[in-house]
Amino acid sequence: MSAVLHEFTTEIPEWRPRVKPIDLAEATPEQLDALKVTPSNTKVSDYVLVLANDVETLKVRTPLFNAIMYNKGGLGRAEREIGATAASVVNRCVFCAAVHASRYNQLAKDETLMQRVFADGERAELEPRAAAIFNFATRLSKAPSEADADDIRQLRDTGMSEEEILDLILSASLFGWANRLMHVLGDPVAKTGNDAAEQRNEGR
Amino acid sequence: MEGPEDVTLVEKWAALEPGSPLHAAVRSRSDVFAMTEATHEAALRPRDLGGFSHAERAALATRIARLNEDDELAAHYAAMLEALSPDEATASIADPGYSGDAWSRIGAVLTFTDLVTMNPKDTKPDDIAALQAAGVSDADIVRLAELNAFLAYQARLLAGLRLMRRAA
Repeated sequence: MSAVLHEFTTEIPEWRPRVKPIDLAEATPEQLDALKVTPSNTKVSDYVLVLANDVETLKVRTPLFNAIMYNKGGLGRAEREIGATAASVVNRCVFCAAVHASRYNQLAKDETLMQRVFADGERAELEPRAAAIFNFATRLSKAPSEADADDIRQLRDTGMSEEEILDLILSASLFGWANRLMHVLGDPVAKTGNDAAEQRNEGR
Repeated sequence: MEGPEDVTLVEKWAALEPGSPLHAAVRSRSDVFAMTEATHEAALRPRDLGGFSHAERAALATRIARLNEDDELAAHYAAMLEALSPDEATASIADPGYSGDAWSRIGAVLTFTDLVTMNPKDTKPDDIAALQAAGVSDADIVRLAELNAFLAYQARLLAGLRLMRRAA
């Protein structure tokens, strides 16, 4: 059995569930629909098979996740990934952080920002706009939230629009959700095969 | 343009000023807010209850909102709970000071809820094992985690919107 990873990495690990995934062979029509299983697409990650235990939530959460991370306009996709990664650093979701830091790296064509985040965590020192984004998302991710009006002012001072700030709130908040599933219901383990690519989308 | 009856709970609580730039930004993401409302229904009032009644879910949500020190959110869930005429044991779940009997099902559920709400980074395999040992099924563990996780999202979305409004 592979060892559980505790340190942040941009190498996307595998995810080992702590509870039983549903058995596809016994899935209900509602579960198959939520999983988007078709005769030509039968590959579903363990993470999604675990979430299918609560199919009513999974069914509505998947489109919400995609809208918040990928919809058009507003905050650029790379900066939404900073929000997602900041939450994942606070909540120490090594799997989510790996997926979203590496996605940031691809989108921004830059590895230095996430190197700093992984080296120094919440205290990472970044360029002004990235710092305002990362600090706000970090503080919003505390329980209870520690974000304040000054954090919002710093975002506005970098020239961010209301639409952009709203998208940042949404992406950081969404990972308050995702981290509490991914980090709570399973463990990140070193990749053994080459089938981890299917889990890329936050495990979707 | 949607009418007032389409305003979702989070929008209502954020008390956005009609016509303000923030209100316009939220309206431009109306699909996200409608889907947020749908997840609220799925987590709090699912058709398939599993091991958690609607009253237990409302009580847990009240507890989580209180742990997040969000009075408005807590009042919403407390009213939802009240409307379901909970028995005494269920009603006490809403109080963060109540921890249930050690080793009981509800004791394990509350220990897990408080940890996932306040300190998710410290969750370990043993925390899931403790729920299983207390008789909570794997499917119910997922339902409980989703309820917790949804509340974490909703509380932060609301906190962020309020900050934007106040710092306008």
